[in-house]
Amino acid sequence: MTSELDIFVGNTTLIDEDVYRLWLDGYSVSDAVALRVRSGILEQTGATAAVLQSDTMDHYRTFHMLERLLHAPPKLLHQLIFQIPPSRQALLIERYYAFDEAFVREVLGKKLSKGTKKDLDDISPKTGITLKSCRRQFDNFKRVFKVVEEMRGSLVDNIQQHFLLSDRLARDYAAIVFFANNRFETGKKKLQYLSFGDFAFCAELMIQNWTLGAVGEAPTDPDSQMDDMDMDLDKEFLQDLKELKVLVADKDLLDLHKSLVCTALRGKLGVFSEMEANFKNLSRGLVNVAAKLTHNKDVRDLFVDLVEKFVEPCRSDHWPLNDVRLFLNQYSASVHSLDGFRHQALWDRYMGTLRGCLLRLYHD
Amino acid sequence: MPGKLKVKIVAGRHLPVMDRASDLTDAFVEVKFGNTTFKTDVYLKSLNPQWNSEWFKFEVDDEDLQDEPLQITVLDHDTYSANDAIGKVYIDIDPLLYSEAATVISGWFPIYDTIHGIRGEINVVVKVDLFNDLNRFRQSSCGVKFFCTTSIPKCYRAVIIHGFVEELVVNEDPEYQWIDRIRTPRASNEARQRLISLMSGELQRKIGLKVLEMRGNAVVGYLQCFDLEGESGLVVRAIGTACTLDKLSSPAAFLPACNSPSKDMKESPLVHPPSHGCRSTHNSPIHTATGSRLTQNFSVSVPTLIYTGMGSGSAGKEGGPFKALLRQQTQSALEQREFPFFTLTAFPPGFLVHVGGVVSARSVKLLDRIHNPDEPETRDAWWAEIRQEIKSHAKALGCHAVVGYSESTSICEEVCILSASGTAAVLNPRFLQDGTVEGCLEQRLEENLPIGCGFCHIPYDELNMPFPAHLTYCYNCRKQKVPDVLFTTIDLPTDAAVIGKGCLIQARLCRLKKKAQAEANATAISNLLPFMEYEVHTQLMNKLKLKGMNALFGLRIQITVGENMLMGLASATGVYLAALPTPGGIQIAGKTPNDGSYEQHISHMQKKINDTIAKNKELYEINPPEISEEIIGSPIPEPRQRSRLLRSQSESSDEVTELDLSHGKKDAFVLEIDDTDAMEDVHSLLTDVPPPSGFYSCNTEIMPGINNWTSEIQMFTSVRVIRLSSLNLTNQALNKNFNDLCENLLKSLYFKLRSMIPCCLCHVNFTVSLPEDELIQVTVTAVAITFDKNQALQTTKTHVEKSLQRASTDNEELLQFPLELCSDSLPSHPFPPAKAVTVEKASPMGEGNFRNRSAPPCANSTVGVVKMTPLSFIPGAKITKYLGIINMFFIRETTSLREEGGVSGFLHAFIAEVFAMVRAHVAALGGNAVVSYIMKQCVFMENPNKNQAQCLINVSGDAVVFVRESDLEVVPTQQPTANCQPLCTEGEVTT
Repeated sequence: MTSELDIFVGNTTLIDEDVYRLWLDGYSVSDAVALRVRSGILEQTGATAAVLQSDTMDHYRTFHMLERLLHAPPKLLHQLIFQIPPSRQALLIERYYAFDEAFVREVLGKKLSKGTKKDLDDISPKTGITLKSCRRQFDNFKRVFKVVEEMRGSLVDNIQQHFLLSDRLARDYAAIVFFANNRFETGKKKLQYLSFGDFAFCAELMIQNWTLGAVGEAPTDPDSQMDDMDMDLDKEFLQDLKELKVLVADKDLLDLHKSLVCTALRGKLGVFSEMEANFKNLSRGLVNVAAKLTHNKDVRDLFVDLVEKFVEPCRSDHWPLNDVRLFLNQYSASVHSLDGFRHQALWDRYMGTLRGCLLRLYHD
Repeated sequence: MPGKLKVKIVAGRHLPVMDRASDLTDAFVEVKFGNTTFKTDVYLKSLNPQWNSEWFKFEVDDEDLQDEPLQITVLDHDTYSANDAIGKVYIDIDPLLYSEAATVISGWFPIYDTIHGIRGEINVVVKVDLFNDLNRFRQSSCGVKFFCTTSIPKCYRAVIIHGFVEELVVNEDPEYQWIDRIRTPRASNEARQRLISLMSGELQRKIGLKVLEMRGNAVVGYLQCFDLEGESGLVVRAIGTACTLDKLSSPAAFLPACNSPSKDMKESPLVHPPSHGCRSTHNSPIHTATGSRLTQNFSVSVPTLIYTGMGSGSAGKEGGPFKALLRQQTQSALEQREFPFFTLTAFPPGFLVHVGGVVSARSVKLLDRIHNPDEPETRDAWWAEIRQEIKSHAKALGCHAVVGYSESTSICEEVCILSASGTAAVLNPRFLQDGTVEGCLEQRLEENLPIGCGFCHIPYDELNMPFPAHLTYCYNCRKQKVPDVLFTTIDLPTDAAVIGKGCLIQARLCRLKKKAQAEANATAISNLLPFMEYEVHTQLMNKLKLKGMNALFGLRIQITVGENMLMGLASATGVYLAALPTPGGIQIAGKTPNDGSYEQHISHMQKKINDTIAKNKELYEINPPEISEEIIGSPIPEPRQRSRLLRSQSESSDEVTELDLSHGKKDAFVLEIDDTDAMEDVHSLLTDVPPPSGFYSCNTEIMPGINNWTSEIQMFTSVRVIRLSSLNLTNQALNKNFNDLCENLLKSLYFKLRSMIPCCLCHVNFTVSLPEDELIQVTVTAVAITFDKNQALQTTKTHVEKSLQRASTDNEELLQFPLELCSDSLPSHPFPPAKAVTVEKASPMGEGNFRNRSAPPCANSTVGVVKMTPLSFIPGAKITKYLGIINMFFIRETTSLREEGGVSGFLHAFIAEVFAMVRAHVAALGGNAVVSYIMKQCVFMENPNKNQAQCLINVSGDAVVFVRESDLEVVPTQQPTANCQPLCTEGEVTT
């Protein structure tokens, strides 16, 4: 006796959260059944393995049918085939678009292309995430990217509107899209200690301050031909950053800057002497990073540079985080007292964001 | 020209990409009714076209309005080649033809294609203007209301229950016409869908005419079925119960203005339009029973019209009896009627006096081509024959009527088994005289007729019993005789005194049969049938005893014929009726008493059986009061098995075999284990596993012992097909396979629905079919309803206390007990709302939760929730309006079975689509639920080698508007349709 056909269709579509998770994690039906058996469900419910098998198959089939709709979540809301309560719809979408930390770290900043997709074969064993799940996550990134790529307006809002994600998840996707678009390098060994959260935090600051959309906070002409407002860094701003070079190129200015910072921080820093000794190096590092951002290659290496030029030197001298904060605050603020320096606004736009990023990046 | 149909095509959405080059579609719509077709403009390059068409107007006869469906075809415009069809929507406009139902059909309909399934949606508005037409020779029956519900619909009151109506129409099946060889599968499927839609329209109209002839205004318990006879044709037949219904006034009833005038309403002297407004606002017939106004209302029309007329045969020549019967005022009226049958399974209080038992008849026929579709005499004659048999069985049981009546067929190649069954009953003569439910009840109360046990009292003469049975005095009133076991096809009467809870009982049986042709085949089947009936009956009886219960309700025995086997599946709900004696146990006897080890084995089995009975009694809380013999005045009977079942089958010849299903003169119910067969039987008895704790199941509407349902319901359909290994199948192996199939299916259901515990599966409906030689298909539709466990326990406790109380009191007080019970549980509304409904718990599933929850990210959902249930009510809610009958037939075919996920993927998607289309139609009518939903047919055929499959599904139900009882208290006058309509329009904005 073999079962040819075995289905269950409810007027309200049954969604088993546990099975959904297994499906999202990319387990095959038989693996999922085995995992469910291990969870002790048979003992709890008195069901047989055959029942579990049939149930799992059924749910998998449902999810498979829902997947097409999940690719465009507003469709899930308007479709008539599956009657699903709104709270469950939200759960389905949110879980479908959720991603694994380990996975996102592997592809963050990479081009979301076929080439990267081939890398998934290596990423899967490396991260311990099934290939199927890797593909889903990758395709999600790519899909979101494709949809919002050409759109104007707030990146987070666009994502939220077209994928109905929670605020938190939409912000994460904004970061992923932003990184993919600007191709920031995140995979270098020295960047391994950084979490996705760290990058996402930086991405948000950069989107808020360094993109075209950031300028657009002020009332702008809605018909202006500014595309990709939140996705691309403000080219003009990057060009202007060259002007900051004077801060390290002009020796007097550099000395003055140093003395201002040292005066203000004397007695307040545990690592004062180290700071004093390193000031010029650090300042050169930070300003040079800014000056180099006109080249795409250097934009990509932004995080590598920040870690190399600032995070690592400080860390090797064992700066406590609070000292880093005090230093960066003072370092940024003191520039306002440099009479010969004319690019105060530019400096603030640059340093305001960079300070936030550096503080976030500064940990073990 | 009595009607104008107006259609407006508003917009489409989610259309499929028809032009690969542009990834877009140039869609336009054809609107067809009868022979008239209109077209919209082509909306270029969009998957969400906004046609916003003018009103297309069709001026048509009301006859056509009833027969024809509105056909909407969405196409992709192609300049160079033929336009490609995207899909179709058929809209049945019948609900717009009677005044109390819907006034407009408006909403998003799934665009359906028989090859691709649902492909996007279309927004349509449909209206009908009816003109008064007093032509007496008209062929239409606009205005007659149809209900699938097999009881008096909740917001109506039965003025008169006229009786049986039936009709059938036949046609050639387009699938078997010569043209089918040259046309595409899509064209063939669409021809079939359209034909069946037309035929059901015609059938409904003809039944409506009969109802008007009987001076009724509604058909209740309307059951329409298709017989796909293959080469020999297509039969659409329907039965129902003609009634004169009166709408109960409730605040909601006044709100919707009824645009479409219905002359039928005005013509009929019997009908009191709801606008009289002299009823109380209560919804239940019981509550309106007070006051003399009612009598005033009815005094004009009623005395001459009680139970007038039965349905005539389709030849229509029996139209005459109608007038003659007008004067009949007593039971004899029923006896003279051609078929005193009622498709109802639940009745107004006082309607049912005594129940005799199940009557059923089967007949094996050889199909031949229907030569003249206009005169379907053969099919009519076949059914007339069977009905006659049923009638005579009922008479033999001392009954003049049959209630809970239904008919079915099973077809395999050219052999067809026709079956009919029902419950022989005596109906209240006072009810007949009065013709009003209320009056009857009042009088009954005066008389102190025992309620709660009266229907159990035997209707037949004790000295002249139709079959050997053991009678005792009723354990409830102790005045009348009752049988020891009672089988019925109806729902448990609401006032019945029941101890403990009920449970689903099934008998399953397979019999191998040699493959044969024509007459030889029919004869072989005829010969097998009595044995199958006997065995099914024995199994039911054994299982009932094993559960410690003494009555079966909702009994449905389905015999399915296949190429090489016959399957029997009987489902019923077992209960312990307080009025009937305690069932005896089951004794096992061996044939070889000398063998010591054998003896031991027997005694071991006996012990196991006794343990099971004890365990079941505990499980279902069956603890009847101990009654000493002196009180009863007659000795407690020896446990005996007696049959309430009188059936027979006949072949096409006139030979009729009466089957005595009682077990001769045996004193106790003894199972003799004399061969392996019997061993198997005993084993199979013990292998039925009870549902896991927290689960109950029944196939009736009401689960005795549970009465505090919460509003969480989940209707579902589950289908399983197994392939038998064809190697030397024996009857036993077959039985085991079938038994396992059913048991595993139930187990799966319990597992799937575990998050709803405590919960009851109600109206569990199993259908078996044998699509191919080695395939068995089982389809189950049921609804899971959660209930409040704490309250449930309380009630059972009080119930038991009451029962105990009753046992200790004398007869005088006893008579009052059932009355208390009656008022406690509101007979007309068997499920009083749980008090906790307002606090809807956040359970993971359940439709009940949608409404009050606003989920922030998805709050702009445009799809209104439509509940579906096979029951006639929605727990915790009140039905305020019936919008009309939903009767839909779909065909789905695929030539890429593997790509669609194999047979399971294909059927899963199709059933989900069918649900979606039902919901969309209900929502467009302004409703939010379908009650009395039934999947009447699910014919699945596959050919994996060719990567093909085809499935036909037929569903029906009543579209309704319901209001949560918790909402009702707050805003009683809120117009319920408001829930759905604005949501639909919102969709245009958000897409």
